[in-house]
Amino acid sequence: MKILVPVKRVIDYNVKARVKADGSGVDLANVKMSMNPFDEIAVEEAIRQKEAGKAEEVIAVSIGVRQAAETLRTALAMGADRAILVVAADDVHQDIEPLAVAKILAAVAQEQGAELIIAGKQAIDNDMNATGQMLAAILGWGQATFASKLELDGGKARVTREVDGGLQTIEVGLPAVVTADLRLNEPRYASLPNIMKAKKKPLEEKTAADYGVDVSPRLEVVSVREPEGRKAGIKLGSVDELVSKLKEAGVI
Amino acid sequence: MAVLLLGEVTNGTLNRDATAKAVGAVGALGDVTVLCAGAQARAAAEEAAEIAGVAKVLVAEDARYGHRLAEPTAALIVGLAGDYDHIAAPATTDAKNVMPRVAALLDAMVISDVSKVIDADTFERPIYAGNAIQVVKSRDAKKVFTIRTASFEAAGEGGSAAVSDAAPAADPGLSAWLADEVAQSDRPELSSARRVVSGGRGLGSQESFALIEALADKLGAAVGASRAAVDSGYAPNDWQVGQTGKVVAPELYVAVGISGAIQHLAGMKDSKVIVAINKDEEAPIFQIADYGLVGDLFTVVPELTGKL
Repeated sequence: MKILVPVKRVIDYNVKARVKADGSGVDLANVKMSMNPFDEIAVEEAIRQKEAGKAEEVIAVSIGVRQAAETLRTALAMGADRAILVVAADDVHQDIEPLAVAKILAAVAQEQGAELIIAGKQAIDNDMNATGQMLAAILGWGQATFASKLELDGGKARVTREVDGGLQTIEVGLPAVVTADLRLNEPRYASLPNIMKAKKKPLEEKTAADYGVDVSPRLEVVSVREPEGRKAGIKLGSVDELVSKLKEAGVI
Repeated sequence: MAVLLLGEVTNGTLNRDATAKAVGAVGALGDVTVLCAGAQARAAAEEAAEIAGVAKVLVAEDARYGHRLAEPTAALIVGLAGDYDHIAAPATTDAKNVMPRVAALLDAMVISDVSKVIDADTFERPIYAGNAIQVVKSRDAKKVFTIRTASFEAAGEGGSAAVSDAAPAADPGLSAWLADEVAQSDRPELSSARRVVSGGRGLGSQESFALIEALADKLGAAVGASRAAVDSGYAPNDWQVGQTGKVVAPELYVAVGISGAIQHLAGMKDSKVIVAINKDEEAPIFQIADYGLVGDLFTVVPELTGKL
């Protein structure tokens, strides 16, 4: 079985996003970029499934600017077998929407004969939480989102999902799409020898046009601004003072 | 213009708060039809009909909708979509599972976590864990979106909408429910609680969370946690408040031993009154707290619990 893992190049988790002065978006020029953290978890899970003998090959895919090749090299260094880069934009500030990404991924999945797609549940830039679900819809496959546990067995995936109020376990027939939540696993660090080896692993380059997908956005970004700040209040000296302030505010 | 709103129904019970806030969010867009789907959904539908501003309620009562599986629920909504310009749902985990699937089946781009409805095509939503607010204008014929309920006022009571049956759609049969593990609690539900007490890494252990729970019980509050506390195993996953957990906006939010990472602030900064208790006076949480108390939580929290 082949597992396909989509990975996105996003602003590094530890870097604070800054809104551009012209209000057109968040500044991504000369900012440290990394693999979306949820996608790292997805890559790790695919590799573990392969190590457990449940899959033969792990293919990492990224859709976006040419620089996403670096993100794919990270996936290869972690242990993915090969990678596909689908170039869909020239400007690092152009975000390809989940709908277009899902259409391209669907075409890649069919071309590659993937039976399982493990994706991150959301990207930490646009916070859409949509690509996996849209991909499952386009392929007509079942979906198991927000996974905290994945067991593959006899053409089925048994998935524990993080839902409001607790956990839900479902079974979904393969082929299927699973999206990774935070607690599915702890991703490994790529070792230096593996980073060196990753440079020799195959990385195929395609374009959105190769798959006949129109990536023009459906959502026009009118503006992006900083959120309203909240003013710091006062520091109190004792619990008694706090109790009386809360009474004054009418919240207790 | 007409709006189809997926009501939040879990095991036959309507989440009144989330559904009423979603009705409040979409009310200006047109006549609102609430869809209640579940193995049992009729009682929930009758309750939804009482929300002010609801024009009509549709019930889809069938075993296939019993466990909120994405594929049958999405098929149901897509089957009904023809009559509506807007298809929305409160941004619960169920809706986040279903609505992008609905959007893709309709060849539309979903708009997630809408925090403000500007007009029929234009919506505001947080991005980058709440570090930026994006305004987007949809070019799609049908707008499919989820609603960040903490940003909206709940619609009132006194509605008397007609309740009718929706034709069930064929079940694609792609997935099956096996089990639920739901934490039983007498405390209010985190997303809709009027008061929330949350603990962070400063608690240091799962046992110490008893201090948080005692304060919460004294206040009649729900219990929350920071991601750091959840990742350290001090608190269960579904207590997590933050961009990737629950987004809350209670009247009173008490943050104990929480430094105030941006990820956490994104989940609670719309609270009316914020109290921070932390021993580190430089902690970022104090920059947004209305009342801050610098001190050792292990003495401050029991004292506070005792004095309430």
